[in-house]
Amino acid sequence: MSARTHFPVGQEAIEAKGWLGAHKYLLLRRASQLLFLVLFLLGPWFGIWIVQGTLAGSLTLGVLPLTDPFVLLQSVVAGHWPELTALIGGLIVLVAYALIGGRVYCSWVCPINPVTDAAHWLHRKLGLPKGWQPKRGTRLWILATVLIVSGLSGVIAWELINPITMLHRGLIFGAGFVWAMIVAIFFFDLFVSRHGWCGHLCPVGAFYGLIGTKAMLRVSAPNRAACDDCMDCFAVCPENHVISPALRGKTGTTPLILSPDCTNCGRCIDVCAVDVFKFTHRFDDHVAAPSDPVPAPIQRAARPT
Amino acid sequence: MSGVGSPLSPQRRRFLQDSARAAGGCVAAGSLLAWLARDARALPAEALRPPGALPEQDFLSACIRCGLCVRDCPYNTLKLAELGVDAVATGTPYFTARDVPCEMCDDIPCVAACPTGALNPALDNIDDADMGVAVLVDQENCLNFQGLRCDVCYRVCPVIDEAITLETAHNTRSGHHALFIPTVHADRCTGCGMCEKSCVLPQAAIKVLPARLARGSSADHYRKGWEEKEAKGAPVVEGIIDLPDRLPGPGTDNLVTPGGFAPEYNLPGARQ
Repeated sequence: MSARTHFPVGQEAIEAKGWLGAHKYLLLRRASQLLFLVLFLLGPWFGIWIVQGTLAGSLTLGVLPLTDPFVLLQSVVAGHWPELTALIGGLIVLVAYALIGGRVYCSWVCPINPVTDAAHWLHRKLGLPKGWQPKRGTRLWILATVLIVSGLSGVIAWELINPITMLHRGLIFGAGFVWAMIVAIFFFDLFVSRHGWCGHLCPVGAFYGLIGTKAMLRVSAPNRAACDDCMDCFAVCPENHVISPALRGKTGTTPLILSPDCTNCGRCIDVCAVDVFKFTHRFDDHVAAPSDPVPAPIQRAARPT
Repeated sequence: MSGVGSPLSPQRRRFLQDSARAAGGCVAAGSLLAWLARDARALPAEALRPPGALPEQDFLSACIRCGLCVRDCPYNTLKLAELGVDAVATGTPYFTARDVPCEMCDDIPCVAACPTGALNPALDNIDDADMGVAVLVDQENCLNFQGLRCDVCYRVCPVIDEAITLETAHNTRSGHHALFIPTVHADRCTGCGMCEKSCVLPQAAIKVLPARLARGSSADHYRKGWEEKEAKGAPVVEGIIDLPDRLPGPGTDNLVTPGGFAPEYNLPGARQ
């Protein structure tokens, strides 16, 4: 075993901010994921009908229609022009995610996220190699393929295998063999490809990423001068290529994480012991002046025995 | 394009290689997906779509599998297909008539709930629904065909006397009773499945089938002589010779039962 030269990921943040402080956004995110699931489950389980339907299409309190714009887009490509209700629902979702960041769907709503997060957690614990890493554009290629197949076959193609709606629908309406698919994704992310599904393949994430290209809500690294290169943010970030331009940018470059791949999960904010990151809006490119022009590297203790 | 003698630059070579690889991967993945899409269209015969459902091909381009129709079905008729359990395209709504038939609500709540129009909102009268066609598939076991008065399928039919009628026929077994044959009229049958659900036999003798299985079709060029004659108001062929009809009975050319089976006094023209 090679010597461990650093603390476990997030250790310093826990020491600096306490366990709760170092898991704030993670806990909020889990609460949000649970909330969205429970809202849908209250009806079928307890007869409290706040939200009916699934993530593909729902009706809240009998008035608010919401529709997955990606499913709707496939439907249009497949040759069906949806009724107004679905179009309005799709537009509402589209506008909302265009404002708060498309991939907020991935990290705060999607029920597959806890599965792949768990796989990544175990992946890190076991110190497994990162495995197959498809190119960054792969999910966009898959997105295009899905739309082409929808157009050629006249079937909403991705819904034939979409694990997101399948899991969600499975929990609400009856699962069948959906669990097998979830297990497959877990093991794929664990052994075959680190961050494989959500980070490289899922066309739903790719679609929402495109929606959120100009989103208002952003993570920024205004305090990047304080960075002590502990690399914890890179370790926890599900799309860690988005961090470098903001964190390692030269003087005068924006500290905002502007990549549409960023899921706004806030985990980087959590694990940073020196509070480099924060949530802000896309026009706030304020950078805190370094207190010390040449920040002294913080001496780290050896691994506790 | 690089000419002869000027080899591809490493960047361009790499770009072309990557693009080819990605395109190849997409063709492979897309073919798999297209195969699944093709598979998804194979709707089992006993799975019926909700009222107003577009034809299967169009339905799968329109249904987003949200389940709102299932939620608004007051009789829990509809369910969403589960992955690997039901052979219906996963997540799409269907019902099995023998389990829970469609009760044909006047306000058609499932259609009203559909946000996309996969269940066509143009369906405003449930009697116009076309979920399938009932077919009396087993004449050998149907009680009415045996001369009994079961009549249950006829009685429960929401479009009684239009979608199912009882047509009388001679009961050759007893010789002096009638058979009351349940007869489905496809243009009025909505495919709700009440008849299939209610059939008293352990296996229903009457089943709702998709129209593609339940129905034949008449060829476009067929003309019915009696209709043409009525439309014309006169025989279609002028000057046709009316030959004497062949009759059963003695003195005729009845080869099956030489000598005839009908009493002589029953023949036209015979006096008692």
